[in-house]
Amino acid sequence: MSGGRGSTGPRLDLEKGRVEMVHGSGGRASCQLVEEIFLPAFDNPWLRKEGDQAQLDLSEGRWAMSTDSFVISPVFFPGGDIGSLAVHGTVNDLAMGGALPLYLTAGFVLEEGFPLSDLVRIARSMGAAARSCGVSVVAGDTKVVERGKGDGIYINTAGIGRIPSGVNLDPSGIRPGDALLLSGPVGDHGASVLAARENWGLATSLCSDSAPLHGLVGAMVESGPGLVCLRDPTRGGVAATLNEWARLSGLSFEIEEAGLPIRPEVKGVSELLGIDPLYLANEGRLLAVCRPEAADTLLRAMRNHPAGREAVSLGRVGRGHPNFPSGSVRMKTLMGGTRTVDWLLGDPLPRIC
Amino acid sequence: MSDLRYLESFRDPEIGRSLLASLGILARRLPRTPVRIMEFCGGHTHAFHRFGLLELLPPEIRMVHGPGCPVCVLPKGRIDAAIDLSLEKGAVLATYGDVLKVPGSHQRTLMKARARGGEIKTVVSAMEALALAETHPDREVVFFAIGFETTTPPTAAVILEAKRRGLRNFSVFANHVLTPSAMEAILSGTSLDGIIGPSHVSTVIGTRPYDFVARIHKVPLVVAGFEPLDILLALRMLLSQIAEGRSEVENEYARAVAPEGNPRSLELISRVFERAPALEWRGLGLLPQSGLAIREEFGFFDAQRRFSIEVGHVSDPGICECGDILKGVKGPRDCRIFGTICTPDTPVGACMVSAEGACAAVFHYGDREGAVS
Amino acid sequence: MCLAVPARVEEILGESQARVRLGGVLQEVSTVLVGDLRKGDFVIVHVGFALSRLDPEEAEKTLALMREAAGFEGGEDVRSQIS
Repeated sequence: MSGGRGSTGPRLDLEKGRVEMVHGSGGRASCQLVEEIFLPAFDNPWLRKEGDQAQLDLSEGRWAMSTDSFVISPVFFPGGDIGSLAVHGTVNDLAMGGALPLYLTAGFVLEEGFPLSDLVRIARSMGAAARSCGVSVVAGDTKVVERGKGDGIYINTAGIGRIPSGVNLDPSGIRPGDALLLSGPVGDHGASVLAARENWGLATSLCSDSAPLHGLVGAMVESGPGLVCLRDPTRGGVAATLNEWARLSGLSFEIEEAGLPIRPEVKGVSELLGIDPLYLANEGRLLAVCRPEAADTLLRAMRNHPAGREAVSLGRVGRGHPNFPSGSVRMKTLMGGTRTVDWLLGDPLPRIC
Repeated sequence: MSDLRYLESFRDPEIGRSLLASLGILARRLPRTPVRIMEFCGGHTHAFHRFGLLELLPPEIRMVHGPGCPVCVLPKGRIDAAIDLSLEKGAVLATYGDVLKVPGSHQRTLMKARARGGEIKTVVSAMEALALAETHPDREVVFFAIGFETTTPPTAAVILEAKRRGLRNFSVFANHVLTPSAMEAILSGTSLDGIIGPSHVSTVIGTRPYDFVARIHKVPLVVAGFEPLDILLALRMLLSQIAEGRSEVENEYARAVAPEGNPRSLELISRVFERAPALEWRGLGLLPQSGLAIREEFGFFDAQRRFSIEVGHVSDPGICECGDILKGVKGPRDCRIFGTICTPDTPVGACMVSAEGACAAVFHYGDREGAVS
Repeated sequence: MCLAVPARVEEILGESQARVRLGGVLQEVSTVLVGDLRKGDFVIVHVGFALSRLDPEEAEKTLALMREAAGFEGGEDVRSQIS
């Protein structure tokens, strides 16, 4: 972390104070932010050194690395906040490669005027999430932009994790006949964030499903061979993930609506706003491709784990078709017909028509 | 959950399967096939595709997608005017999500206008637009109102409420259109054996306005609810009419539609709006008495008057075949540029611009191979 | 063209508003287009307005018609005619 040691002068007003330009300038004020907010929240040996870099002892073998940025609004939502989301999201990106997440970085871009009390709340939430995931935030950075040039707070993270030997999850291994598994109900995060938009007059007890998945992945990997690849269906939902795989493999992905788990509240929000739940973000779910003979064992392992209790078999991978070099994603509807699950250009928008 | 009951019971797969089977039996007994049936409403088009019903229908039924998609028939000139309101005239534009990505001239959209600094807010309710005006007292707030008769009463209610509250910074850019006029245009241009009438337009206007369809054009019409079982039952009722040589207006959606419609809504509409002499519909051209204009009495809340909006006429390129598709003369796959030049991301004409336009629905949900049309 | 859903009236909020429920999710809607509503009534909701009442009796009648047309209870046993 940049900034010198031992700032002097009055402490930050964490209750009523606001982020000011000076907090991003690298001087004493920046140091205060680190020492009074981030250090106490993330506390670990690397951060305590307050160096410009964290020096890590990494074992031999393969490592996974990921990066992500978080710009969610509202910053606090039922079931989490931008901080816990950032930790879980990064942990999950690594976990989808079978890696055990270990070290994270966190870069903050703060808007001038952002309440310090909110920053404290977010930092504490990140710290708690990191601790419960067994990861450490070992390096970070803070910049401040002028009022009006940022949406309160943006967080960028990077994460590294160790891939156990013998684990090789790779979508290029997807074959026709493979099974598709889903770890739990769809759309909780997307629907709860939409419902939290205050001018839409919606109220629900629905919470984001933001949660770390590395434990579930560990249990799946341990259950035996046959796991091909994993992905967490975040922005763009299950539809985006399946379409990404379809495009990579050129194969057809066939799922059944009857098998798609969905909470009544997510149904309610989707129907009221005219949004297809297949496109809603999930922050605590994973999709898995596995060899057909491994499906039962994997499902059992998933259901035995708290993060996978409602795991289901969603469908299978079929042969490609020369007319569709980018593959296809199709769903057998409740009524028994078939529809294509297309890849949206952007986020789903509420419809009135 | 019991509050989902009226959605789920009308989606029962077992009843659906049996209804389909009975539809097949009826269809095979028809004297002349195939029968061309139009589902007028874009919401029904969407339902056909969302539930994958088209491929399940007996081959004797040929569904023709109708023009009941208010976003699709909104002329480009009106999108241009809305963009201008935001970018040139500095108004805060409150709009339903459906219109955000619809291109006007030169592929400009409200979404792109937002990126260029236009203050454009997505609302899910007309009342939300009103609330925006109250929270932005120093700005002009314009509500971009679109829709058939279903969406018109909310707009009327909002104008009345704005007047009641004495709001000085709120106005409505009204683009409401009338279903019977569009139906007349379709029926004069193409032959149909039956029509599935719109669900929610009918809750407002009732079933009587469709009498001319049966009486004058001798085409059976069944008003159907929104759910798959509603659509299947309505098809069954239509096939029975065709088989028996009847042409009547029937109501499958009796749980929400009364023959006289909703008197309160109709009263609100006629209090605030009057028929515009002729309105341009994208793809269908100028249709007489087909749209609504805000009455003089409420002129203060008419954005067209307040901002002296001139809606320009912008035609679609000659290569666009939407006119024929909207009238049911051609299907999406019959269009030369379907799926190649014209896609949902690069829509050329009306039928591709909204998710429930005939072409967009086929593109999004259908089998590209051609099994579904 | 008109996305509208049947939701249950949960609470009346004054003369022109009500809270409706679908899947357990609550939404505040305007009731100026429908007459007196009571808790437990069902309404069709569109763009934040209750458009019309849903008549539960008619709903049951329609469902019964569907079952009959499908050959479920009484009526012509359609399924036995499937070739």
